[in-house]
Amino acid sequence: MALTPEDVAALARLARIDLTDEELAQLAPQLDVILESVARVSDVAAEDIPPTSHALPLTNVFRADVTAPSLPLAEVLAGAPAAEQDRFRVPRILGEDA
Amino acid sequence: MIIHETAERLAAQIKSGERSSVEVTQAHLDRIAAVDGAVHAFLYVDEERALTRAAAVDARIAAGDTVGPLAGVPLALKDVLTYRGAPTTCGSKILQGWLPPYDAGVTERLLDADLVILGKTNMDEFAMGSSTENSAYGPTHNPWDLDRIPGGSGGGSSAALAAFEAPLAIGTDTGGSIRQPASVTGTVGVKPTYGGTSRYGLVALASSLDQAGPCARTVLDAALLHQVIAGHDPRDSTSIDAPVPDVVGAARSGDVTGLKIGVVTELGGEGYAPGVLQRFTEAVDLLASLGAEIVEVSCPHFVYALAAYYLILPSEVSSNLAKFDAMRFGLRVGDDGTRSAEEVMAATRQAGFGAEAKRRIIIGTYALSSGYYDAYYGQAQKVRTLISRDFDAAFAQVDVLVSPSTPTTAFLLGEKVNDPLAMYLNDICTIPSNLAGNAAASFPAGLAPEDGLPVGIQVMAPPLADDRLYRVGAALERALTPSWGGPLLSRIPGLPGADGEVVR
Repeated sequence: MALTPEDVAALARLARIDLTDEELAQLAPQLDVILESVARVSDVAAEDIPPTSHALPLTNVFRADVTAPSLPLAEVLAGAPAAEQDRFRVPRILGEDA
Repeated sequence: MIIHETAERLAAQIKSGERSSVEVTQAHLDRIAAVDGAVHAFLYVDEERALTRAAAVDARIAAGDTVGPLAGVPLALKDVLTYRGAPTTCGSKILQGWLPPYDAGVTERLLDADLVILGKTNMDEFAMGSSTENSAYGPTHNPWDLDRIPGGSGGGSSAALAAFEAPLAIGTDTGGSIRQPASVTGTVGVKPTYGGTSRYGLVALASSLDQAGPCARTVLDAALLHQVIAGHDPRDSTSIDAPVPDVVGAARSGDVTGLKIGVVTELGGEGYAPGVLQRFTEAVDLLASLGAEIVEVSCPHFVYALAAYYLILPSEVSSNLAKFDAMRFGLRVGDDGTRSAEEVMAATRQAGFGAEAKRRIIIGTYALSSGYYDAYYGQAQKVRTLISRDFDAAFAQVDVLVSPSTPTTAFLLGEKVNDPLAMYLNDICTIPSNLAGNAAASFPAGLAPEDGLPVGIQVMAPPLADDRLYRVGAALERALTPSWGGPLLSRIPGLPGADGEVVR
């Protein structure tokens, strides 16, 4: 299926990772080999087989709707890259021309 | 010597007052100071708090308080579990310096049971790897041969045990990250049944596969630690609300009379080192001589496990690692007032993630994208069903399954670092149990004749039958130890100490 550096760049954009040209050139053939190998899963005839997303049967879990202490605000914000007025401070979220 | 003792004996000595927890903790801190320059098992040593906690345990014992079965015993914690106040990096630059504001469920159990946490151990970035070479902080070295890998992702925990820097450690196992490191360091590592230990505060790699478990130098020590950390935690919705199997009783018994043991046909043969197969076969013969019944069992879909795993895991990774977005914790780069949040995010993830994390995120993004979803992720999930059915059919015939833990002994650092697929093949024996969620463990089987390096035997048991692992492990340990002339680790070479001399 030969993944090109352009394909990898498109996937990296979806995953929000900047990649250098050097990284793209290195990743494309590596990912190609991996994808070719994992494509083996389609050798198995599994049309009627139900998919498993989880090892054990899962049922929804409820808990009582009661207030409990939240994480200590100061400690949480101390781990953030930037904080202001007891909130996470983030870069602008709109484009230049918005 | 204190550092060569088992956790069980140290706990008894601390409880009886023969030794203090401070003395025991200090001995391990001294050992870390002496040899960790060469081994690099630890990313962070929490010296002051360890000694304070040890003193508190000693005071409580002196006052006649009731304490837990491993009270005062030091332990090394894998850096993927949060411990409030200690940096949790997951071996990644993206979390460098992050101090978690809460304790993981497993950490909480350890603290409630009065264990003393020495520090955080090295690992492949976000637990992706089989060698610790994907750690952003440099690899850990195998104490058996410093030029070789200690296994991964939990190579820091396994090396800490083999280097006598800690008598106990915690690992996490998503595709073999407890069992493979145990195998290549001659130590014991157990992946409990999925849901057996809490995932709360375990930084997720693949949520449907991750499981924390005990690492130790003896089977009983692992069981005692298993008992401490296992059990229901309502903060993890996949945690099983059922009694913990009697793992300690099983480890003390070691009786395999009448136990039906299945040797998995598909996990052996070509691609396996001769010394690995030899020690494995000897171990199986030994179990037969102890009264177990050995049969061969075929699990035909296991040959597809690796392919299914390397679709399911990256898919979950691409989703789980999306939270490292430079907004709420960890690294942020390029925030110069002109760049948008999205640009900062992409620049930060470029700078903060290593090559393997990027590879897997991109594979996962590909496998989950529309047009490819059915052929890749959807099909992998179906294969997962078939692997679970193989296990169900096998466990209808036998009580446990066995295989080598890894196809080879420890390889050289650098040998596979640029060949991701060759690296993935290390997990070929361990992955099926993560996909199916059953319990599995690696126990020492001896040293491979060709290179003198440790070989592990893997034991797999049905979900919630974790006790069977310990029964088999204890039987092997008891029968093999005399043939080794003592514990396998008594044959490990000395390590270069801080001032150059060799220390044992």
